[in-house]
Amino acid sequence: MIAIVDYRAGNLTSVKLAFEALDCPALITSSPDEIRAAARVVFPGVGAAKSAMENLRSMGLADAVREAAATKPFLGICLGMQILFEYSEEDGGVDLLGILPGRVRRFPSVPGCKVPQIGWNEIEANDPRGFVQTHDEYYFVHSYYAEVNPCTVATAGYAGVEFSAAVRKGDLFACQFHPEKSGKLGLRLLRSFVHAPSSEGRA
Amino acid sequence: MLKKRVIPCLDVRQGRVTKGVKFKNNIDLGDPVELAVRYSDNGADELVFYDITASAEGRPIDIGMVAAVARAIRIPFAVGGGIANIADMERVILAGAEKISVNSLAVRNPQIIAEGAAAFGRQCVVLGMDPVKSAKCPCGYEVTTRGFRERTGMDAVEWAKRAVDLGAGEIVVNSVDADGTRTGFELEITRKIADAVGVPVVASGGAGCPEHLRDAFLEAHADAAIVAGILHTGEYTIPQIKSALDAAGIPVRMRWC
Repeated sequence: MIAIVDYRAGNLTSVKLAFEALDCPALITSSPDEIRAAARVVFPGVGAAKSAMENLRSMGLADAVREAAATKPFLGICLGMQILFEYSEEDGGVDLLGILPGRVRRFPSVPGCKVPQIGWNEIEANDPRGFVQTHDEYYFVHSYYAEVNPCTVATAGYAGVEFSAAVRKGDLFACQFHPEKSGKLGLRLLRSFVHAPSSEGRA
Repeated sequence: MLKKRVIPCLDVRQGRVTKGVKFKNNIDLGDPVELAVRYSDNGADELVFYDITASAEGRPIDIGMVAAVARAIRIPFAVGGGIANIADMERVILAGAEKISVNSLAVRNPQIIAEGAAAFGRQCVVLGMDPVKSAKCPCGYEVTTRGFRERTGMDAVEWAKRAVDLGAGEIVVNSVDADGTRTGFELEITRKIADAVGVPVVASGGAGCPEHLRDAFLEAHADAAIVAGILHTGEYTIPQIKSALDAAGIPVRMRWC
């Protein structure tokens, strides 16, 4: 079973519908036990980092998410990717989960570049497991970005910044864009996630 | 590089997609879900649905249709028409729409923008506006409501800036002078608004050929453009429009299969 973590950070309907389109039933859950029991965990999210972190703590989900990120196929999406890093400059500064090395920053003000970035952007990719490819185009909606870091497996450019479009650490894959809203390429990525063997199962 | 978006617009009347000229003479174009799938498969970057009779009939938006579209397509879509309050917005979002478009409602009650942004995030709240030329307003355009029927005395650029301050994440600039007439977008007011606000601006109303979209992007600085009639009648396909934009050097998403 795939667990979609519900920590009151945005609407999860389209994530669930995308997995249903792949004939992979997914459970939207706020239960740490169900997250622990799931074979795969999806960690979505839109909105503000500070309230998302507060929700994760007050709902008792932070440890279950950390555990899942370290032990099983794990997919972070948008804010669910950003929260995996150490620190965000959003709202005057927020400490994040610290699962991945690096910081989350706001796009600078650049003439002609609206913030948030809304729309389809093209990536350059180097993912050892091939979830994403160079020249893929995905749908982004964000005002903050994760800096390029040792876990970066795909980058994109906006407002004069090259940022992490996707990151990987073992079985953990996380993307700034929305695969559930990125047409057939997005579905391809979700299918890769659903079918990816976990490292634990390997020799 | 971020791509300029091409967004087909579907006007829904009693469960069917229709197209009118200057908001009149509606003709039946088909089932909303079927058209959504067709446009999505053919390279639409996003879709927008307006339940154009909901407000007039005093009923909420057709949530069943929103949910059916959400099940059928995997690209973002916005929904407008028949949104009266935050509870309506929530139903639309929970049904799977990415964005809610408010227009007359926001003029009557600007706080709905702030409430929507607080509840769902700014990216979910789109302000649609219907400006008409007017010497009374400093920017030369006045905001109207109820499908261009009522003047408000509000300056279009000032309203756009205020809406963004309140929390609007995107602005759709409609043109009554151009809608359905296919003589091109209203470039002047679109550019004034695009240059005045820090959120994406969508040109809407009047697309008759790919060159009109090119002008919206290059001259009016729009981030996205809405197309309707020329697609619905089959005069142009999305790949034709995008190929023409691509050839004109405008960054558009060209791989969707």
